[in-house]
Amino acid sequence: MRYKDISDIEISSLLEAIYDTYGYDFREYSQAHIRRRITNRLSVSGFENVAQMQSHVLNDETFASELLQDLSITVTEMFRDPTFYRSLRDNVMPVLKTYPFIKIWHAGCASGEEAYSMAILLQEEGLYDRTTIYATDFNQLALNRAKDGIFSNKMIKEYTSNYQLAGGKESFSRYYTSNYDNVIMNQSLKKNIVWANHNLVTDSVFAEVNLILCRNVLIYFEKNLQNKVQTLFYNSLINGGVLCLGSKESLRFSDLYDQYSEIDTKQRIYKKKY
Amino acid sequence: MQYKAIVVGVSSGGMNALKIICSALPVDFNIPIIIVQHLSAHSDSFWIKLLNEKSHLFVKEADEKEKIKKGTIYIAPPNYHLLIEKDKTFSLTIDERVNFARPSIDVLFESAAEAYRNKLIGIVLTGSNSDGTKGIKRIKDCGGLAIIQDPTTADSEYMPKSAIAAIVPDYIISLEEIVELLIKIDQEKR
Ligand SMILES: C[S@@+](CC[C@H](N)C(=O)[O-])C[C@H]1O[C@@H](n2cnc3c(N)ncnc32)[C@H](O)[C@@H]1O
Repeated sequence: MRYKDISDIEISSLLEAIYDTYGYDFREYSQAHIRRRITNRLSVSGFENVAQMQSHVLNDETFASELLQDLSITVTEMFRDPTFYRSLRDNVMPVLKTYPFIKIWHAGCASGEEAYSMAILLQEEGLYDRTTIYATDFNQLALNRAKDGIFSNKMIKEYTSNYQLAGGKESFSRYYTSNYDNVIMNQSLKKNIVWANHNLVTDSVFAEVNLILCRNVLIYFEKNLQNKVQTLFYNSLINGGVLCLGSKESLRFSDLYDQYSEIDTKQRIYKKKY
Repeated sequence: MQYKAIVVGVSSGGMNALKIICSALPVDFNIPIIIVQHLSAHSDSFWIKLLNEKSHLFVKEADEKEKIKKGTIYIAPPNYHLLIEKDKTFSLTIDERVNFARPSIDVLFESAAEAYRNKLIGIVLTGSNSDGTKGIKRIKDCGGLAIIQDPTTADSEYMPKSAIAAIVPDYIISLEEIVELLIKIDQEKR
């Protein structure tokens, strides 16, 4: 079949309709990304065109939630980018140690691997008992998986090696129990994690925190939206609080760049100025 | 015809092929070149530095939201897909692998075809999988130019052969001939 063009107008009309009906706002997401996901969904759905798909989305919640899954990419790993976690251990944990209570926000936590990695790190540094981790995402299915803390056995080899490269001090297997094809994360890791549905585009500040991790979420946003969400983070951090972005995300071109100093430029770790 | 960008997909055997192309292009070569090479997820930027030293042009890793500039060669970072927006800036994503690859050649090519339409040149080089085949087809469908490395001259013939099976390429030529052709096209447009 020859490739059929989807026009920009069809896409923006679909995004407007999703926003009006369901409140999810994808209008300022990367267009190339949105186009790719919609094109893929269109080709597996059997609809003739986007207009037809659009009327279906509005009348069929199941299909709508499938499309939302398409647009929200929940790909993640434990200790993804081990050198980042090593820097977190070396450069950020000492800062956290100075606080009597610690609040951490994982924005866009997907199925939770990042929050569990943090819990492990905090346990090893003796900080977990005075910490609350807020792990948020707007994808409820991903949050449900995160809450269960059950992950596929297939990934464990890679996670173990990530953990070791990140400077892990224990045997990684002490943090989970195996059950056939899956591993179940220890209850002791979950106890101070609060999982919550929060949309970075449409929801506001909900806590003052010492540390924010928002990794590989902002790459999906257009520049204006990135700046808007950076303001949300800025307003959520205490003075001297720490912001961590993904390895290919930078504050450099953000409006708020001057409000932060750099703790580790390569690992994208920044500190809010006093 | 005024071509505005060149996208290149390359897999196994790619280091050599890219070295040949990047070192042979002259310092006043204008059209920006954007490359996806399959590499391991953890590979560092060492080889970009190496390519940059070998080339008369500026070779760099593509940054998120960066504006595409003339006379520059961009390489997709390992473990991210590279896409081109219609305003000629880059986007990165960590979507699932496509054709077992991240970055995937198809993902770059398809988004580039949307952004540049018939002002795009797509090049498929050596490789041992079929990534790039769908992408080069999209480029042709949008009126762009398709150049495939002659499989008999490729380290790994699978990828160019797979592309040739899917489209009627404009050129099936060796690396040296690709360089000559690109220089000619680049000069014509001035
Ligand atoms: C690629 S994952 C990143 C997961 C993890 N932080 C990491 O780096 O491995 C991106 C996550 O951002 C979430 N996300 C995207 N847009 C969002 C929004 N507007 N509000 C909250 N979460 C969002 C997606 O649902 C997805 O789980």
